[in-house]
Amino acid sequence: MSKKVLMSGNEAIAQGAIDAGCRFYAGYPITPQNELPAYMAAHMPEAGGVFIQSESEISAINMVFGGSAAGVRAMTSSSSPGISLKQEGISYIAGAQLPAVIVNIMRGGPGLGNILPSQSDYFQATRGGGHGDYRSIVLAPSSVQEAYDLMSPSFEMADKYRMPVIILGDGMLGQMMEPVSIHRKKQVRVPKEWELSGCKGRRPRIAKSFYLKDGDLEKANIALQKKYRLIEHKEQRYEGLFLEGAKIIVVAYGTMARIARSAVRRLRAEGKKAGLLRPITLWPFPKDIIQRLTDQNKQPVILVVEMSCGQMAEDVCLAAGGRTKVDFLGRSGGGIPTEEDIIKRVSRLCR
Amino acid sequence: MQKIFSRPKSLRDAVTHYCAGCGHGTAHRLVAEVVDELGIREKVIGIAPVGCAVVAYDYWNFDCSEAAHGRALAVATAIKRVRPQNIVFTYQGDGDLAAIGTNETIHAANRGENLTVVFINNAVYGMTGGQMAPTTLIGQKTVTTPRGRRPDLEGYPLKISEMLAQLPGVKYIERVSLHAPKEVLKAKQAIKQAFKNQIEGVGFSLVEVLSPCPTYWGMSPQASLDWLSRVMVKEFPLGRIK
Repeated sequence: MSKKVLMSGNEAIAQGAIDAGCRFYAGYPITPQNELPAYMAAHMPEAGGVFIQSESEISAINMVFGGSAAGVRAMTSSSSPGISLKQEGISYIAGAQLPAVIVNIMRGGPGLGNILPSQSDYFQATRGGGHGDYRSIVLAPSSVQEAYDLMSPSFEMADKYRMPVIILGDGMLGQMMEPVSIHRKKQVRVPKEWELSGCKGRRPRIAKSFYLKDGDLEKANIALQKKYRLIEHKEQRYEGLFLEGAKIIVVAYGTMARIARSAVRRLRAEGKKAGLLRPITLWPFPKDIIQRLTDQNKQPVILVVEMSCGQMAEDVCLAAGGRTKVDFLGRSGGGIPTEEDIIKRVSRLCR
Repeated sequence: MQKIFSRPKSLRDAVTHYCAGCGHGTAHRLVAEVVDELGIREKVIGIAPVGCAVVAYDYWNFDCSEAAHGRALAVATAIKRVRPQNIVFTYQGDGDLAAIGTNETIHAANRGENLTVVFINNAVYGMTGGQMAPTTLIGQKTVTTPRGRRPDLEGYPLKISEMLAQLPGVKYIERVSLHAPKEVLKAKQAIKQAFKNQIEGVGFSLVEVLSPCPTYWGMSPQASLDWLSRVMVKEFPLGRIK
């Protein structure tokens, strides 16, 4: 079944999750993602799933822990300050090797910040965020359609690797309405070999992240790291535009990439050899393509554009490894660099 | 020869890590006996707290989940909603249930989740070295109330069971104690009732178990039971609260 519907990013993420087989959602109100839990409240029961408005963000993420341990695809959503509250729970989910999807529709910070779109939770999302040696897979959609489309691979990766997957959007993406092509597949829940279901006919199972005996935790952490290396090798995703032979490469993700795309097209029309690299996975960061372009395109200039004071820029620098010039353009606290800002900066860099 | 006493099937053959005279071993066994007697071992899912009983799953022989400190009832809520056919219970200490997890406790109770809660009140934080608990008695010395708990500085022992009894979603609350064999038997009956309630779909049921902590009360096991029966039950009266 496929049909086209006009919906906001928040609604598309909710519908995408339901269509991906998500059957447990818990969340707490916070702007600018409130359409998401409202959509879940309306539609999750129809899909035979559970919706709970929790008493706090902390409770919501721990409910996700429980729902996931019980074997269903489980999700929560929030915005920046609420995501900070969830970090402890995300760490437990990573430690217990449970799958979960966490949506962060970012707003300005630090603190209560404001409710304008922002990309300033990049560090938090890509570096683990909570305590301990762990990672989350981070996906950054840049359109409402892509937000819908990424939900299915998010849940699949969460299940496959048994770890948290974060959808990192921003208030612009969450609020913006675009036509979305809905494609439902029939979902059959496959019982998981580790799920808690009662020990009928088998040995008891335990969902836990606690390893008290000396050496056990290190062993568990080494196993996690092995999994992370595999993901870094296999799951880097990006979209490229005019990358071959580009002398200036603009790197931007999410909402920022939409603006950067328009700027790059205008620059091309002006005859400048500009290209766009849009990371779709922020962790694993698509460093291989940056390394390849740095070598192939003979040290192109890289311009990182973000709605933050420069967070992804650090990953770009790490990937470029000092072999080429990396410049940064960004605004914070709800400010958004414009096409003109990007074009002006690129023109200066080309001089 | 007839066997008249053995380890419940729901209890593993494990060496205890609890201190001499601690009440957790008894409470774990009561849960295991009740689970066996109700024939629910293969569908029960227990939630262990953070605290001394964090490794309760090393003793219980059925499915268990850990929960972050205080969040057992959030985890339990989700498991029960996803799997209403399973029997889900939390086992939580006073710090877990009545301090860091107060929010989760009150709201799971207020939603009337069909869950069973075994709440161990020993008036102190054990795992972390004997700090003041929300249920620490007035005058009781702990490492963080070295001069005894003072109401003007540290407030009063929190009677969370009486507070929860006010909520319409709560169906059953009883306070029991482990200070004498007779009381232990009563505790078992209360725990059994709380599990039966869930099986019958009655709703949120909680048993508060007053339990000795000789190590951090600074007493012998025998003196702890005496103090529990003479002093602690005065602050926390036993019996059916709701």
